[in-house]
Amino acid sequence: MTYSFELPLLALLMITAAGAILVKDLISAAFILGTYSFFLALVWAWLGAVDLAFVEAVVGAGLATVFFLLTLFQTDPEDHHIRRTRPPLLALVGLPALGLLLLYAANDLPEFDDPTSPASVHVSPVYLENSLQDTRTPNVVTSIIMDYRGFDTLIETAVIFTAGIACAALLRRTSA
Amino acid sequence: MIHPHDSVIVTTLSRLLIPLVQLYALYILFFGQYSPGGGFVAGVMLGASLIFAILVFGPDAPASALSRKVLHGDGLGLIIFAGVGGLCLIGGGEFLNYASLSVPGLEPDARRSLGIVLTQIGVAVDCAVTAVSIVFSLAFIGHEEDSHA
Repeated sequence: MTYSFELPLLALLMITAAGAILVKDLISAAFILGTYSFFLALVWAWLGAVDLAFVEAVVGAGLATVFFLLTLFQTDPEDHHIRRTRPPLLALVGLPALGLLLLYAANDLPEFDDPTSPASVHVSPVYLENSLQDTRTPNVVTSIIMDYRGFDTLIETAVIFTAGIACAALLRRTSA
Repeated sequence: MIHPHDSVIVTTLSRLLIPLVQLYALYILFFGQYSPGGGFVAGVMLGASLIFAILVFGPDAPASALSRKVLHGDGLGLIIFAGVGGLCLIGGGEFLNYASLSVPGLEPDARRSLGIVLTQIGVAVDCAVTAVSIVFSLAFIGHEEDSHA
């Protein structure tokens, strides 16, 4: 069986995603979303993106769940106003057709571990061959995001800072 | 409003766990050049350990004094990051070109390595402070904010 790991993982991802949407109790939904993040972290690790798996496990499963729970404790943890109407016929027909189209298009993507795929012959060899001499940093991901793409990371840091400031400006009011 | 947890098991375990989590976050931060990890993850883990203290002991307890103090450092991480870029400008290079970081007595590649470490510290401080700050913002919606600023 070639896909003995991927298929159960995909099934678990879909089950947890559907559960997070369908469950009525919003606190349960937050926890199920955390589980979904853990499975997603497994997917990243399986694909070899261990740094990304780390971030997903810590931020998606840990921090986001805490934020969701704190928000729910301040508001109503059970939303009675969610009405689930039947999806329109166009969506029922159109979305599976779109999915099939995407699956058909995915046939033309290169194999996952193909060394001659366009993504792994154009840019990545430059970084893989030069980053250790350039930066004395064995972890190529770190040297890319911190050095080669340092300006991006600076702006990302500014985005995080802005998020914190915006939350404080919106929510912390002494005279509510 | 977050009230302190009253279970002995939870408080004892978190007294044990919080320093461990912080130690591991520092390890991830400074070993991020050699293994998976780096500034973002380490910062979020540091922030998570401080949030843990708030959630278990309450925001006013002595155990979460560090979490309250950290709030004053909002923007410090961004200053560290941009300051490293400024040091590169002073050294005669482009902004964030760590090869011209104005630290005497280092080879260019060692300067790059040092620059990566310093900027990662900046990112980590920024992430940790922002995580704690958002938790404080969320926890005190509609409450009089007396001493937690």
